[in-house]
Amino acid sequence: MSKSVLLKSSIAKKYWMAFTGLFLCLFLVGHLLGNLQLFASGEEGRRAFNEYAYFMQHNPLIKVMSYVTYLSILFHAIDGILLAVQNKKARPVQYAVNNAASNSSSASRKMAVLGSIILIFIVTHMVNFWAKMHFGGLNLHKVEISVPNAPKPQELYITTNQNYIPVEQVEVRDETMFYNKEVNIKIGEGYKDLHSAVMAFFGKEAHGMKANPLAWLGVLLYTIAMAVLSFHLMHGFAAAFQTLGLRHPRYTPIIANVGKAFSIVVPALFAIIPLYIFFS
Amino acid sequence: MKLTLKIWRQKGPSDKGQMVTYPIDNIDGDMSFLEMMDILNEELIVKGEDPVAFDHDCREGICGMCSLFINGEAHGPDRAVTTCQLHMRKFNDGDTIYIEPWRAKAFPVIKDLVVNRGAFDRIMASGGFVSVNTSGNTVDANAIPVSKIDADKAFEAATCIGCGACVASCVNASAMLFVSAKVSQLALLPQGQVEAKQRVLNMVQTMDEEGFGNCTNTGACAVECPKEISLDNIARMNREYFKGMISAE
Ligand code: HEM
Ligand code: SF4
Ligand code: FES
Repeated sequence: MSKSVLLKSSIAKKYWMAFTGLFLCLFLVGHLLGNLQLFASGEEGRRAFNEYAYFMQHNPLIKVMSYVTYLSILFHAIDGILLAVQNKKARPVQYAVNNAASNSSSASRKMAVLGSIILIFIVTHMVNFWAKMHFGGLNLHKVEISVPNAPKPQELYITTNQNYIPVEQVEVRDETMFYNKEVNIKIGEGYKDLHSAVMAFFGKEAHGMKANPLAWLGVLLYTIAMAVLSFHLMHGFAAAFQTLGLRHPRYTPIIANVGKAFSIVVPALFAIIPLYIFFS
Repeated sequence: MKLTLKIWRQKGPSDKGQMVTYPIDNIDGDMSFLEMMDILNEELIVKGEDPVAFDHDCREGICGMCSLFINGEAHGPDRAVTTCQLHMRKFNDGDTIYIEPWRAKAFPVIKDLVVNRGAFDRIMASGGFVSVNTSGNTVDANAIPVSKIDADKAFEAATCIGCGACVASCVNASAMLFVSAKVSQLALLPQGQVEAKQRVLNMVQTMDEEGFGNCTNTGACAVECPKEISLDNIARMNREYFKGMISAE
């Protein structure tokens, strides 16, 4: 291969931007499909969501995909900032008057600013949800069942093999593993109650998780972040095809329209979920 | 027409430079923008002041020398024209007109509104040519069949006059439109195939070394280009570069 492979040239850097950007668009679709399950209400919805979260954390194929996603975000962000720094240097003296609005969209000129806001959002988002899922801080999924003649309801854990275990009979180790209190053997694994954590974060008290007093701020910032993502994609989606040289009089208008639809529909659906939880 | 001109004045490459205001009167709508500049300069010379330096040569939109950034746009508010072909009728009596040089690290100011576009020449020297037999038995170019579509596209790309308005307009001061036009005009023709892979690699490398920015596909270049060079060329160069990158030896 020649000397200019990978990151050497401006164009090679842009291939990576486009490639990782489009991969992240795919990731957004997958992530959105998962999140949409939050619309299902009640115990069934909670259970389906927590089972889904468990699956996402344990399926080997999804694990590989998640590492590719982390790498893509990192690479896209570092490469994007590198490009943006070079671009700033390429014009050391600014114009006194620049009528850029007459020849280009503001999103196309502000990709690095939009991207940096998205990066800040991704970091806070991961602290709020991903870190809890991966490094602890979540309750286990348990249900209360009222038993006739008993003074208080019976608390039961749900296990990953679809059994119920009374809470007082087991000891929890390694966050999610149930061990029999009398004989030291593992008898099951529980689900992390991510569903209730999400509900609580966006202002709904759920299963022992207190409603976040700053839920309104969380919802507001989340919605703003999705608007920023929308602008980033409004330019980025179609631009990625141009960068990869995929331009043709027949297909480019279709790509442009799909890009517009994608950049409105996907962030809007993401944003509706916390709004729905907060206001329902 | 009576106008107020705000013009970038800079004595030399190392001078800091500043915007200077010049009132001007009796400008006719049928004058070209450069004729208006001539009138200003004659007035300055009569007053014993230094005339404003600006680039121009053919004054008929074909040489690519004229290069003024007028009211925030390369070659002014009109589309598909060079500064020399811009008419004063595009402006109104009483207007204030800002006139600045192309701004890019790769295009350093020499004096006032004149910038050094030698970076474009060095990009061309690094690959913008074809090797032909000059030993006296040169083959007639028309002896090689070329599809009409490709011939037209190559011709359109070849209409780039190298003015640099694309760089001046781009928020990143990227030279992608210019370089892609020069790559395309050769990549589309059989005569250009011999050096095709190495050409695109070398021209892009020189482009990067000269300090132009990276393309973010804003499309500003194609809007401001006096020759309406299309973004198709940038996409073509992106394909050509990929071919070169993965297969050149
Ligand atoms: C889910 C998140 C994101 C998605 C789906 C996404 C998607 C995209 C796409 C498709 C492009 C177009 C690439 C091209 O022009 O060829 C792009 C460009 C860009 N992105 Fe992102 N992006 C995301 C996050 C970020 C982040 C976190 C940053 C951090 C700084 C960022 C910075 C940029 C920059 C600077 C560009 C312009 C690059 C260029 O055209 O040279 N993006 N993005
Ligand atoms: S592509 Fe257009 S704007 Fe750029 S140098 Fe050529 S003619 Fe000028
Ligand atoms: S002076 Fe030749 S193109 Fe304007």
